[in-house]
Amino acid sequence: MSTELEELYQSVILDHSKRPRNFGEIADGAVHVHGDNPSCGDEIDLSVKFGADGVVEDVKFKGVGCAISQASASLMTMKLKGRSEADAREMLRAFHDLVTTEVADPPRLLGDLRLLAGVRKFPQRVKCAMLGWRAFEQALEQKSGDASVSTEEA
Amino acid sequence: MSNPTDWAAVRADFPILDQQVRGQPLIYFDNAASSQKPRAVIAAIAHYYERDNANVHRGLHELSSRATDAYERARAKVAAYLGAASAEEVVFTRGTTEGINLVAQTWGAKFVRVGDVILLTEMEHHSNLVPWQMLAERTGARLRFVPVLDDGTLALERLGDWLTPEVKLFAFTHISNSLGTINPVAELCRAARAVGAVTLIDAAQSAGHLPVNVREIGCDFLVLSGHKMCAPTGIGVLYGRAELLEAMPPWHGGGEMIVSVSYERSTYKKAPHKFEAGTPNIAGAVGLGAAVDYLERLGRAAIFAHDLELTQQALAGLDALPGVRVLGPRGERGGLAGFVMAAAHPHDLTTFADRHGLALRGGHHCNQPLMKKLRLPGTTRASFYFYNTRAEVDRMLEILAEAVRFFA
Ligand SMILES: Cc1ncc(COP(=O)(O)O)c(C=O)c1O
Repeated sequence: MSTELEELYQSVILDHSKRPRNFGEIADGAVHVHGDNPSCGDEIDLSVKFGADGVVEDVKFKGVGCAISQASASLMTMKLKGRSEADAREMLRAFHDLVTTEVADPPRLLGDLRLLAGVRKFPQRVKCAMLGWRAFEQALEQKSGDASVSTEEA
Repeated sequence: MSNPTDWAAVRADFPILDQQVRGQPLIYFDNAASSQKPRAVIAAIAHYYERDNANVHRGLHELSSRATDAYERARAKVAAYLGAASAEEVVFTRGTTEGINLVAQTWGAKFVRVGDVILLTEMEHHSNLVPWQMLAERTGARLRFVPVLDDGTLALERLGDWLTPEVKLFAFTHISNSLGTINPVAELCRAARAVGAVTLIDAAQSAGHLPVNVREIGCDFLVLSGHKMCAPTGIGVLYGRAELLEAMPPWHGGGEMIVSVSYERSTYKKAPHKFEAGTPNIAGAVGLGAAVDYLERLGRAAIFAHDLELTQQALAGLDALPGVRVLGPRGERGGLAGFVMAAAHPHDLTTFADRHGLALRGGHHCNQPLMKKLRLPGTTRASFYFYNTRAEVDRMLEILAEAVRFFA
């Protein structure tokens, strides 16, 4: 068995993919963003409720797709809840670095999201790990209403 | 027939197969996406560039006539391979997709009107769907689909419900690239003829895998891709019955396809040249000619029997794995096995396989509407060719069993 596979599919990640946390939809007062990876069919429906000063009050998602896309979204919702906008933006940047470059010492801020560092050995899977985050980035941009994002330009 | 084929010796004709991937011997089971190339084909292309390369149909010098001969010889080989009445019925294209677009934009533009029906099936590859959607949008024609049943076959008993006199064209695949279903193409063409519909067969998955004879099948058009049958990428064929090709307007305008040009207007060559504007993929055609020779030497019936044996071995092994469901019909079918594994999404599974040196394909296989209908996020597919072995299928089944445990 390759150790890279074991690093990619750690038990926490497989667990989140099978039993996603914060799975669902926020009906009222939330931004809804649909995200998809057209080439592989992964989909995410993200709901984010922003409080005063842009605090992430609540965040939920629904989705179908590979273990990486679903576990990444699940872990993301856990870590984002209650964060200030500045922290959330910092996490978005740090997570992208984590899955695309060799980061010796990933920020503590990311918590269990650091388990996804193994993705960087699988460049074709980066867009899976980023799907939920792309949707969140869009939610940050618009702060209200509905939108969709795609990892490929239409 | 001669002696049984020595498949191990045949495998040695494919230099690419002899390598390690990620520290493991490569097992290439993505043949439905693209096949590998034998030395004979690689050598034919190299020879063309090292000795004969020039432009075709225009130079009066020696190399140009050699290049022209090589190009037209390839056309004649393909015509014989497909059982066409003459080489003039063989148009070189970039591949299946381009062939279908050519028919949609020339034959379709001239003959399809508002209210006509273009009949397809629910198992078509995007390349045999999107060009017809575009044509329907331009002309006001309607699309209709023959349903796929749960066992992966077409709803043939009720074919008459869809194949009605409004159907102008019936376009369907010979072998489904995700289900492995082999459609009864001759029967479908007969039924289409009875209502006056023109037929187009997508032979992308069949042309290199089983005997295909256009006159026995009775089709009007047939398209294929060289790269799926041992030839290089960027070369393919549109076969069209002479009468239909003659009636069609040209497609792209430019050099090669004209007889005479003035500033105001031009006159066009006859088929197939009127569809081949500009300098063609000469080396690609030469490679396709060599591929056809190679496949004919092996015999397509023998290739089909070999692939079917591997497929049956794979299906039996997959059935025995917990949580694995195989798609498509049993019995006689194309040389591929599409399946879903409850524990793992196709992309996780193909990543896992890749780290074991095993090339599988995971995803929607350019069959998005079919996947939606089957309520699948995609499938994993192992597709075989004559250079694959029983030992490789066994190794794949071991790797997949390991995956079942890993992702459980
Ligand atoms: C059934 C079928 N039709 C059409 C195509 C498209 O072939 P190409 O991409 O070579 O044009 C493929 C290959 O992917 C196929 O499997």
